[in-house]
Amino acid sequence: MTVGLRGECAIVGVGNTAYARGTNRSTLELHLEASLRAITEAGLHPRDIDAVMPQEMAGRVTEEFIVNLGLPDVAFTSTIRSGGASLGSAIQSACLAIAAGVATCVLVPWGRRGYTEQRVSTRSTVESPVLDTVNEFERPYGNLVAAQWFAHAAQRHMYEFGTTSEQFGAVAVACRRHANLNPQAIMHGRPMTLAQHQASRMITTPFRLFDCSLESDGAGAIVITSVDRARTCRTAPVLVSGVGEGHGDPPTSITQKRDTTWIEGVRAAGQRAFAMAGLGPEDMDCAQLYDGFTWFVIGGLEALGFCEHGEGGRFVEGGAIELGGALPVNTHGGLLSEAHVSGMNHVIEAVRQLRGEVPPQRRVDGCRRVLVSFEGDFHEGSVVILSR
Amino acid sequence: MSRTPRPEISPLTAPFWDAARSHQLVVQRCDGCGTLRHYPQLRCVRCLGADYSWVSSSGRGVVFSYTVTHQAFDAGWADRVPYAVATIELEEGVRMVSDLPASDTDRVEIGAPVEVFFDDVDGELTLPRFRLTAKE
Repeated sequence: MTVGLRGECAIVGVGNTAYARGTNRSTLELHLEASLRAITEAGLHPRDIDAVMPQEMAGRVTEEFIVNLGLPDVAFTSTIRSGGASLGSAIQSACLAIAAGVATCVLVPWGRRGYTEQRVSTRSTVESPVLDTVNEFERPYGNLVAAQWFAHAAQRHMYEFGTTSEQFGAVAVACRRHANLNPQAIMHGRPMTLAQHQASRMITTPFRLFDCSLESDGAGAIVITSVDRARTCRTAPVLVSGVGEGHGDPPTSITQKRDTTWIEGVRAAGQRAFAMAGLGPEDMDCAQLYDGFTWFVIGGLEALGFCEHGEGGRFVEGGAIELGGALPVNTHGGLLSEAHVSGMNHVIEAVRQLRGEVPPQRRVDGCRRVLVSFEGDFHEGSVVILSR
Repeated sequence: MSRTPRPEISPLTAPFWDAARSHQLVVQRCDGCGTLRHYPQLRCVRCLGADYSWVSSSGRGVVFSYTVTHQAFDAGWADRVPYAVATIELEEGVRMVSDLPASDTDRVEIGAPVEVFFDDVDGELTLPRFRLTAKE
């Protein structure tokens, strides 16, 4: 049986900037700092990097990395346009290039100025061709931003399955608890109770302020190489055991989907990644799930088979997704409480958990396998399964 | 009243907006297999046919889902918050998005019946909008 890219490639370096609300540095400067940290951590030099996967949503192009990092001979670059789902797909493309012998060391720089520049709350975000139909048929009616688009899906999920705002709150509280064990999290030192979640102001029903991810500035980066090359690197390699992507039907509007309650792109991506890895949900020691909104975690748990369709709300109750629970989720605090780095902080946390590098208070003991999910645009998805 | 943003109309979608100016709600129907579709697309995903006609909708449907927006994401909508924006499922099976009149904000719910009305924004743009109707 084919196992695709299973175990072909490894993440050998990770790095990130400080996460903040407010910066005087450009997005590119943030990307460059994170990139150098990741390259250096791996024991590599920029001249070893022969491929770059720039982040389209951050407006980045490979040429900027060539001229600023002195990359002498880039042999491969590709740009993914799946919104928040792009990172897992970029990792998949990087692994494909390595496995095919087209590239050896791929730099993936990621992150945004979501506070200083691209703010969802004032609709100053990046425009994408996938938004054409929404621009014409939804935005003129006041359906303007992601919070509203996904609110339609979450509202329907509540209607069909009885999912509650308190269950959304359980996700927010879990992420906040983890962020308070993580000094680099923006919400470190700011604990939150379920009552505080319930008292936070309404943004767009059913999403309250604390159901929405952070508007923050920061970047992260990873370096991926072949397992053979990884043995010469300074860090313990973290293997890419499975990877997959999926695209919703239709992928251009939430409101047109026959069943809006499935995060269908994540579901398809998860099935592909699990099949490639030869693993299932029960094999994961923790999960870093894309949490643009609290409901994404509930929908993601269902889509990835950690629970049945419609059971995600009940799954997250009672601390099941907190450290010490059945499936710790977003052990760094996630996009909700660490920072919104377009999912790169989820990958970095997964790598650090697998290396056993995180402080004991938030370590998943014996962590061997971590699932990372990404969701973007209109329920497009990608999934990466990492292991040691 | 003009609110931003306005629709960016293309040759594919112009017949929808032209009909709206005549206070008609129309959707595409595949000439090959009869399947209705909206939003406008070049081909029918069922039979892949490229030929289609624009046919009238009853303008009646139900709220499939909705959100009540409190945050003023865009200056053009700041004087409307909180407002309801709904996914409408028409009797014919296709879906559209519309905000609802202010008087509907507090009573919108999934499954509530709605009907179309035509809002002549200015000389060039008419928006088909929806409002709740009494339950039968």
